Amino acid sequence: MATATPRAADAKGGRWAAFMSWIDARLPVTQFWKSQASEYYAPKNFNFWYYFGSLALLVLVIQLVTGIFLTMNYKPSEAEAFGSVEYIMREVEWGWLIRYIHSTGASAFFIVVYLHMMRAFLYGSYKNPRELLWIIGMLIYVSLMAEAFFGYVLPWGNMSFWGAQVIVSLFGAIPGIGPDLVEWIRGDYSISDITLNRFFALHVAALPLVLILLVVVHVTALHEVGSNNPDGVEIKKHKDSKGRPLDGIPFHPYYTYKDLVGVGVFLVLFCGVIFFAPTLGGLFLEHPNFEPANPLNTPEHIAPVWYFTPYYAILRAVPDKLTGAALMGAAVLLFFFLPWLDRSPVKSIRYRGWLFKTFLGAFVIAFVGLGYLGLQPAQGSYVIAARVLAVVYFAFFLLMPWYTKVDKTKPVPDRVTYHA
Amino acid sequence: MRNVVLGFLLAVACGGALAKEEGGGPVDWKSWHAGTDISNKASLQRGARNFVNYCLGCHSLQYMRYNRLAADLQLTEDQLKSNLMFSGERPFDIMKTAMPTSDSQNWFGKAPPDLSLIARARGTDYLYQFLKTFYLDAERPTGVNNLALENVAMPQVLADLQGTQKAVFVLEKKDEGNGEQMVRVFDHFEQVTPGRMSAAEFDNFVRDTVNFLDYVGEPIREKRESLGLWVVLFLLVFTGFAWALKKEIWKDVH
Repeated sequence: MATATPRAADAKGGRWAAFMSWIDARLPVTQFWKSQASEYYAPKNFNFWYYFGSLALLVLVIQLVTGIFLTMNYKPSEAEAFGSVEYIMREVEWGWLIRYIHSTGASAFFIVVYLHMMRAFLYGSYKNPRELLWIIGMLIYVSLMAEAFFGYVLPWGNMSFWGAQVIVSLFGAIPGIGPDLVEWIRGDYSISDITLNRFFALHVAALPLVLILLVVVHVTALHEVGSNNPDGVEIKKHKDSKGRPLDGIPFHPYYTYKDLVGVGVFLVLFCGVIFFAPTLGGLFLEHPNFEPANPLNTPEHIAPVWYFTPYYAILRAVPDKLTGAALMGAAVLLFFFLPWLDRSPVKSIRYRGWLFKTFLGAFVIAFVGLGYLGLQPAQGSYVIAARVLAVVYFAFFLLMPWYTKVDKTKPVPDRVTYHA
Repeated sequence: MRNVVLGFLLAVACGGALAKEEGGGPVDWKSWHAGTDISNKASLQRGARNFVNYCLGCHSLQYMRYNRLAADLQLTEDQLKSNLMFSGERPFDIMKTAMPTSDSQNWFGKAPPDLSLIARARGTDYLYQFLKTFYLDAERPTGVNNLALENVAMPQVLADLQGTQKAVFVLEKKDEGNGEQMVRVFDHFEQVTPGRMSAAEFDNFVRDTVNFLDYVGEPIREKRESLGLWVVLFLLVFTGFAWALKKEIWKDVH
């Protein structure tokens, strides 16, 4: 199966082989396919957590394609933006479907990326030799947040407007340059037509280019060092006489077909939301955003979409705006330092001790909990809870050098564990 | 303040005996459910008629076209024209109010909002509660106030059908975060003048109207859901095949 390349598929020669050799002499298509898929060896013991890389790529493509079709009818102006979205929803053939795929895709992207990152936490995928891979991944995450934020402003609903107002004003907390910086970002004294236009440009041109570039670099780095696996052992240590990892299997056809199952399950859930609950009770499309942007009418409480709420909860947990914004930034930045914060000799949670497991469990609870609190009004016990969870959040990172070092680890096997 | 005292006195005077919900206790209007169903075409047709007769005078549905409405509600063009179009619109026109914004701005202090997406923004239960909880309030320029939307600019357009009602408030000790205070709490309504409809008839009238607004919020919804069934079914079969294929291909991995 491993040799099922286009060329080998027609071993008898013939027109296809002739065509491919003509191509290969001019563009290394077959060589590329072999090095990246049919002869790229991945560990054979991937589990559930390893579906989300390919799914993230799928969602990226879905967003690019639906996004292109949306721009054909969307109008990035203060006067027309909101109406053009409704025009897409009502008058454009299948416009409603394209729009719901795109809006659901935004949330799906974050779900998939968060689970993809969770995998790295579980199996230490950010550790040596994959530090750079992790950092590139984090750059993708940060770019994705920017892309999502700009995209959220485009429908020009009331929450788009006020969300933009709140998020952009955060930069105003920076001492000295703050107010000028905010004005520079908006291009105006308030969120306006000018702001909408530039956010549109960033959303449909600048950031997609950045994202695509970073994803190519991410996959290139991955294929250079090779995938980690649930055991956190390096499969390249044990190779056969031909230099193939003993515990590796060619990505194609094994993982292409395995990922196809993941794609199927994902699409069932994805389409379930698109067709039966596209707003997901106000989580994926917020109710106040069905009212047009109105600078004179502030929504009852302003909350970003769910994927930003953990950071939003941290921001609001601090009474001082500058400190809150700084902590919010730090909450994202700390991820970049994980490879050096983690001093454990083992990668996978399977061979780590109870200390790490406890801290990771607490971190997951804090992240989800903060996400919930970010959706609630910032008052009373909610703020107290957010403060407690924010401390847990930061403790996970800041105490990591200590608890990963003193944690009692188990012996790591030489080869991966796999039960067919 | 005068009203509070008045309401309080009234409540005491009547002993809360009138129009109270069975079993006593305050009327829990916030738990009223619209109970709408967009697959009920007859209800949508009645709702469309209600809307055109009572709402369209001030509120537009700028994202809704008459002919789309007719197609979705299973009305012929003749039915559409004779029942829902009164001022020379063409079937492909959007449902726009004839009232100029400059006038409404003067009359009500603000232009009546477009209602195309109101059900998606506020929810059907809210609309149902809003339309049912107008009460007399001499302090308001329109003479009425509303429980769901306090100090509403809109007059009680449906007074002719519902009649007018008085809201009875009681004073209760409540702690809303800043110490115990006496606050005015709604208890129940008292009918002042009767309307042309019975309470049950009016409920149905409001329900149909809200149902119609729910449909207008997303006219594609019914089709979306029925199509979704086939899409998900196909994907389940697809996933089944993909799984079988994966199993076959992975046979030689040990």
